[in-house]
Amino acid sequence: MQPLLRMQGINKSFAGVAALTSAELEIAPGEVHAVIGQNGAGKSTLIKILTGVYRKDSGDITFEDAPWNALSPREAQDNGIATIYQELSLVPLRSVTENVIMGYEPRTKLGLIDWKAAHRRTREILSDFGIDIDVTQPLGSFSTAIQQLTAIARAVSLNSRLVIMDEPTSSLDDREVETLFGVVRGLKAKGVSVIYISHFLDELFHICDRATIMRDGQTVAVREIAESTKLGLIADMLGRDPEEISAAGMTDLGGGTHERGELLLEATNLHTDRNLRDVSVSIHKGEIVGLGGLLGSGRTEAARAIFAMDKLRGGAVATHANPAGFKDPAEAIRSGIGFLTEDRKAEGIVPEMSVRENMTLALMPRLVRNGAIDRAKEEEIVKKFVEALGIKLASIEQPIRELSGGNQQKVLLARWLALEPDLLILDEPTRGVDVGAKFEIQSIIQEYVEKGVGVLLISSEFEELVEGADRIIVLQDGKSVSELHNPGITEESLIGAIAQSHDASPDGTQDGAAA
Amino acid sequence: MLDQNTFDLRKYIQGNGQSMGVWIALVVMIVFGALRYDNFAGAYNISSFLNYNSMFIAIALGMCFVIMTGGIDLSVGSVVAFTSVCVAYLSPYGIQVALPGGILAGMAIGALNAFFVIAMRIPPFIATLATMLGAKGGALVISGRQTISVDWTSNFTKFGMNNVGGILPWSIIVVAILAVALWIVLEKTSIGRTVEAIGGGEDATKMMGLPVNRAKAFVYILSGGCAGLAGVILASGFGAGQPLEGVGWELSAIASVVVGGTLLTGGLGSVPATVAGALLLGLVFNILNFENGRGVISFSAYWQMVIRGLFLFVVILLQSRVSRVGAKQGA
Repeated sequence: MQPLLRMQGINKSFAGVAALTSAELEIAPGEVHAVIGQNGAGKSTLIKILTGVYRKDSGDITFEDAPWNALSPREAQDNGIATIYQELSLVPLRSVTENVIMGYEPRTKLGLIDWKAAHRRTREILSDFGIDIDVTQPLGSFSTAIQQLTAIARAVSLNSRLVIMDEPTSSLDDREVETLFGVVRGLKAKGVSVIYISHFLDELFHICDRATIMRDGQTVAVREIAESTKLGLIADMLGRDPEEISAAGMTDLGGGTHERGELLLEATNLHTDRNLRDVSVSIHKGEIVGLGGLLGSGRTEAARAIFAMDKLRGGAVATHANPAGFKDPAEAIRSGIGFLTEDRKAEGIVPEMSVRENMTLALMPRLVRNGAIDRAKEEEIVKKFVEALGIKLASIEQPIRELSGGNQQKVLLARWLALEPDLLILDEPTRGVDVGAKFEIQSIIQEYVEKGVGVLLISSEFEELVEGADRIIVLQDGKSVSELHNPGITEESLIGAIAQSHDASPDGTQDGAAA
Repeated sequence: MLDQNTFDLRKYIQGNGQSMGVWIALVVMIVFGALRYDNFAGAYNISSFLNYNSMFIAIALGMCFVIMTGGIDLSVGSVVAFTSVCVAYLSPYGIQVALPGGILAGMAIGALNAFFVIAMRIPPFIATLATMLGAKGGALVISGRQTISVDWTSNFTKFGMNNVGGILPWSIIVVAILAVALWIVLEKTSIGRTVEAIGGGEDATKMMGLPVNRAKAFVYILSGGCAGLAGVILASGFGAGQPLEGVGWELSAIASVVVGGTLLTGGLGSVPATVAGALLLGLVFNILNFENGRGVISFSAYWQMVIRGLFLFVVILLQSRVSRVGAKQGA
């Protein structure tokens, strides 16, 4: 069969540095095709060349047997290639309808926008996705997941022949992911092709037909998903031997093997205004305590409450030094707690600041000498961690926004490690980073746990939790409902515990999960 | 492509391109003026230019810090008028009383701004709009809508009228010391870095245990104090407290800050570039005056404003081009 899209010998360099070297991509009609690779492998660049964000230096692109040369994303969209970006590119203050039909509004005979038709059309489009909402409300009043699905709905509604999804599930919960998969299968059935970019390899096995693997700006392999294993794909991405990886385990965290020390922190019956109703957690030296549960079950909220970011309505947090808990995050930090937040962009990095300044923000009070920041000591610490954590950068004065996701995350991890904490709260420490960086971050965490640091780990990846945690506290609807112990936890037993507590919940609904 | 371990000079310049434009423009304007007009580089012009623009530099410095936190201070123009009236009444006691008194009066209004923004959580635009009207009204009330003549027998007017070595007015010396101090605060102290971090993300900054409220109070009180200093310079340099002055000065200050490459959304800013921005805006007026003096073409005050607006537009356009190229290459 003639491919729908063929990209051949694509070269692109930025400021003399090659980003793509003779990269290739071929998509068949009605195919769901994964593009995978570590951050910096060239996936985004390749896609951006296709959608007209960047110009290629050389190479050929044909789409539907005609040469393709989109000069802008709009032009690409008008010619049948739609893109859903990782970052939501929608207008939260305007209505759902406006967001879906923006730029393609139905008109009345007088040339005005036909709102009745617009709302009807939007409702139709969304109902294909199993979404039934008031489309006249501002988009921002709905959950991130709904917003994401709206972005997808918009792209699909434009009669595209190829839809590009860049990390579409990163802000969706399990149920919404299923909805999305349904949509992808629906597109496939209609003969629409999908390019699917995701860090979650498990997802590929659910919906993708083939995968193109990229490494260092080149296309290194094209695999049939049905004939591939997860290990094989990872080996392709890293350019390593599958056996070697297999021996090391899928995560670099050793749950159940840690030497548990004295009690570090005890949180009992935590209750806050943020959907946290009754959570109890204790963390000892040298152990990893996992928080398991669905999105919205109160995992992040529990961490925020412990860190004194949210005010307690009930319950207590106690450590040896602070038996009455903390009055603000500053006090929590002083008593040796670090909090690596989930939302790197909103609560983690300060984008315009340099790597050096970002890394030492929390440490700053300790770097001040005679009223001024001790620059020499600061640089010494930053350089030490850049080397120890293998952070790749041009210079420590580089703005952090220019770094890849994995390297940004390492800088943020270093920010807390530099404080020499007793307890680290890690909220999704490896989300949105590539496989290589993920292993590295996990082994850094493991190293510190072995030195006696206690870790409270929140992760949506069951694998990370099951293999990494010594104990898992299962949360549901803002309550801690059960506890699992390693060794002995499997993905099935964790899922079972989460599902069981759901069945046992008094109101018996899953509404809390999507909140 | 960012994974290289080498230092790329081109990338560095692109990254700092935001404030390159203002320095280049400043040098070009000075060279142009010095070559074209006989008295441009003369002691009298330099001295009076620096004296007058020291006020704008002062308020631009305070504004720069406020904007770095992602806020805005619209009250500075009114605060200048208000403090100029206050210090006119203080002038018999001499500059040693009037100068701190004026700065304190400005800081008091700044503290009010800080209270509204931090404790009452009113958006800075609205809060400082209210104090802008309030300070303006206050200035008119205590002056009875009259310019208040200062006491010429005390040493008060020497501050705004005398020079050191016939070229450096006292006012610019004080403002220069202020600028250097603020530069050090921004680059070397933790409060300065907290200010920048707040503009980059207030929640993130709080999560890192940094004193967000203290830093925000600092910037608004600083901005009020800077406007107070400008009020002292105004009253002392013109020999009168002027309740009707200062209209639109907050916009000049914002323009200087923006021309200096500080992001209006906060998170990134530069003290030297803000000073350069203020000097640049002043130079446009200065050069237009000289051009009028040549008698070939004559721009009215209104046309001067139009030309200044166009000039501002061109500089900002150039800078956004430079930084956009930088951002794209860095992406």
